[in-house]
Amino acid sequence: MDFINIFIKSAFIENMILAYFLGMCSYLAVSKSIKTAFGLGLAVIFVLGITIPINWLINEYLLGENGIFHTDLTFLRFILFIAVIASMVQLVEMVIEKFSPALYTSLGIFLPLITVNCAILGGSLFMVSREYNFTQSVAFGLGGGFGWFLAIVAIAAIREKMRYSQVPAPLRGLGMAFILTGLMGIAFMSLMGIDPAALAGK
Amino acid sequence: MAEATVKEAVIEKEPFFGKKEKKLLTDPLNDNNPITVQVLGICSALAVTSLVYPSIVMAIAVTLVVAFSNLFTSMLRTYIPKQVRMIVQLVIIATLVTVVELILKAFNYAIWKQLSVFIGLIITNCIVMGRLEAFAMANKPWRSFLDGIGNGLGYGGILVIIAIIRELFGKGTLFAGSPAAMNIIGPSNEITKYWINTASDHGVGAWFGSWYLNNNLMVLSSASIFIIGIIIWIHRSVNKKLVDIS
Repeated sequence: MDFINIFIKSAFIENMILAYFLGMCSYLAVSKSIKTAFGLGLAVIFVLGITIPINWLINEYLLGENGIFHTDLTFLRFILFIAVIASMVQLVEMVIEKFSPALYTSLGIFLPLITVNCAILGGSLFMVSREYNFTQSVAFGLGGGFGWFLAIVAIAAIREKMRYSQVPAPLRGLGMAFILTGLMGIAFMSLMGIDPAALAGK
Repeated sequence: MAEATVKEAVIEKEPFFGKKEKKLLTDPLNDNNPITVQVLGICSALAVTSLVYPSIVMAIAVTLVVAFSNLFTSMLRTYIPKQVRMIVQLVIIATLVTVVELILKAFNYAIWKQLSVFIGLIITNCIVMGRLEAFAMANKPWRSFLDGIGNGLGYGGILVIIAIIRELFGKGTLFAGSPAAMNIIGPSNEITKYWINTASDHGVGAWFGSWYLNNNLMVLSSASIFIIGIIIWIHRSVNKKLVDIS
């Protein structure tokens, strides 16, 4: 039950893009068409779902005081986390290339970009500051990735339709994408009152 | 003799602080602004700007990280193999960010607490990575350093503008939490309080007390995204060559 609660909470209520605005760079750059947005969103779900549990293990058993070194090594957290993310992205890229060349060609260009997606590192840092356990961190990774995926596909769909609207010239493209994201953020705020734990209790 | 003139010409071509160097500093402030034109580093711009003081700290931190990571990457650029350059760059950035974080934690714990994960997110702030890829890998250290400072300031400028708008209209204060904190508008202002206390019999105090109510929209993070959208709008109406034609 805990798993589903955290999944729903991280996907809808605390959406990475629309509540925290993490990963905006690639979100704005890749949301011009639904097809590419879909590919990037899938890759983000993948990488978030893998890196957050791995970083949890590293944080718990390597850096913590109860870990194998018995000393507080948390100052190394940033370097280790980013190294894990960079190598995981590389690994995911190789695995996909080996087993599904079709998916690889459609994701190809976006995979290396994910390393510098704030949402990935942000997810790991949130996982530490919220003190999740292992199952919760798996749920958080998958849920956060799914929320990110939803948001980028939604904005891509809206931007495709926006092409037929008469937007003032200086606001065209980027400016409009910002204002649309703001409106979507306000719309998602209406989900904030939902408390999955209370729903499960009933 | 001829050799000497050639040497002089070479030296003259690269003065310590000439026109090109000046352009590196001023370009990111307007024509090539990291936030409104290059669209890099939006994440932190949105998250920390509800108060002015943390945004200034964030702007200084980002400027330092961009400038020094540009400097170090540029020094190492001939030794970094092309295939692993991303990881090398990330390690340089992560080290600098760790240093900045520890300094902040030691000297200003309250702000460190407030910025929490966003200091760590400077690592994946696209400005840093973007400048390393676009500039530092191909230019000399001194110029890369200036480019870093320029981009840091261009980013910080927008950050502070957004923060001033959000804090002034959302909370009625400026620089809250810092030694220079002041109340500008709203019921908590000193002048307003004076009027409420002395002239309440005449109804003037009530008017002074309620002439401005805090706008709660400005406290939400959605407000910052609207403000960036509007800043882009104004920027592009003034600077016509930036308009998106596609």
